[in-house]
Amino acid sequence: MNNGLLNWFKFASPQSFYPLAGKMIPWFWALAAVLGAAGLYIGFFVAPTDAQQGEGYRIIFLHVPAAWMSMFIYLVMAFWAAIGLIYKTRLSGMMASALAPTGALLTLLALWTGAFWGKPMWGAWWVWDARLTSELILFFLYIGFIALQAAIDDPRRADKAGAILALVGAVNIPIIYFSVKWWNTLHQGASVSLSKSPSMATTMLWGMLLCALAFWMYSIAVALMRVRSIILERERGTEWVRQRLTSAAR
Amino acid sequence: MLALLKTVVARDLRLAMRRQADIVSALFFFIIVVSLFPLGVGPEPDLLRRLAPGVLWVAALLATMLSLPRLFADDFRDGTLEQLALTPQPLAVAVFGKTLAHWLSSGLPLTLLSPLIGMQFDLPGDAVWTLVLALAIGTPALSAIGAIGAALTLGLRGGGVLLSLLVLPLYIPVLIFGAGAVDATAGGIAAQAHLSVLAALSLGGLFFAPWATAAALRIALE
Repeated sequence: MNNGLLNWFKFASPQSFYPLAGKMIPWFWALAAVLGAAGLYIGFFVAPTDAQQGEGYRIIFLHVPAAWMSMFIYLVMAFWAAIGLIYKTRLSGMMASALAPTGALLTLLALWTGAFWGKPMWGAWWVWDARLTSELILFFLYIGFIALQAAIDDPRRADKAGAILALVGAVNIPIIYFSVKWWNTLHQGASVSLSKSPSMATTMLWGMLLCALAFWMYSIAVALMRVRSIILERERGTEWVRQRLTSAAR
Repeated sequence: MLALLKTVVARDLRLAMRRQADIVSALFFFIIVVSLFPLGVGPEPDLLRRLAPGVLWVAALLATMLSLPRLFADDFRDGTLEQLALTPQPLAVAVFGKTLAHWLSSGLPLTLLSPLIGMQFDLPGDAVWTLVLALAIGTPALSAIGAIGAALTLGLRGGGVLLSLLVLPLYIPVLIFGAGAVDATAGGIAAQAHLSVLAALSLGGLFFAPWATAAALRIALE
């Protein structure tokens, strides 16, 4: 009966999580590849050309999933940060710091592809739209988290300080989002809006969902790979790492 | 708890008064940053009147941040912070006191100075009053949120730059509503909505931020 619970705590130890992550990584890569191929195929060959935006709209198959994941990863990061603060598990902090670079990368990707989309559609690489601005601020929050962790030498302190920052950021994200939204409506009026037409073709939606799932699997795979190297780096003094490394070298 | 609060505020204020140069240099930083803008964008009164709320608020944000690294650093170095953490009262209360003292020695002087600068930018009279009111209501939030960053970067390499990286994104709501209030008055709309949100941000910040700050301080003290 208690086995389920017991197993979870078993994998909270870096030593037992390391091989598990190693076993999971190829699966997530495979899922990411399959879903990504399917999503991109639908996006580029099956989905119809948009009546107003022409072919240029197809960048949303990368843009929207990247934007979704960039926000979602921050929440996951804050979740692991909270778990780490509450249960004092070492692995949680490692997960949070493993997720941050992927989140920052996807935020940058969302901003970048958004610029590519904005130039032909709005005639500008960048407008101070509420969503663009809050995505930019999210990018700053990721950079702050990474910079704070990089500045602290002691990994335990880095984990905890990062956790507090991630939680403070997570509380602030809605406040920032709504204030930026209000600021935008006050200053800009209704010049441009990102809101999509409600009648999106189902194939487009499918392509986008598949791509979003592919991004999701990719993020998990990369985060697991990164967490494995963080585990090795931090536990390098322990017996099991030494054994593993020597047996791998042999 | 109230006694602790009173002691901490009085002590920090006395320390600040013994080193008035710190307060004055932050104030002059504020004045200089604001004075750079007309030199950069040109002296046309219409343009300056348009820019004034944003420029003043951004300068206030930067000036508040300038004094943040010292908020805990001295007490951390001489062990006072450790003693405060060992008192039976919650550390958050002491942090709240230090936040108040920080506001009294950085936010309040800025607020009192701001009408002068508002007039330099040719703001109309009622906009100047809104500016003073908005700064008075909004700057406590800056001290409260900034304290979290100061505690997180306590004793780190390059703490000052890192602090701005952490804290400035969190200051954005205060900036938006603070500058928005002055903008609204200058544009002939009532600023009450902005001021209410600003007050909510300050009250929420003053209530919640000390807990996060105290947690961050305990990590730094470990």
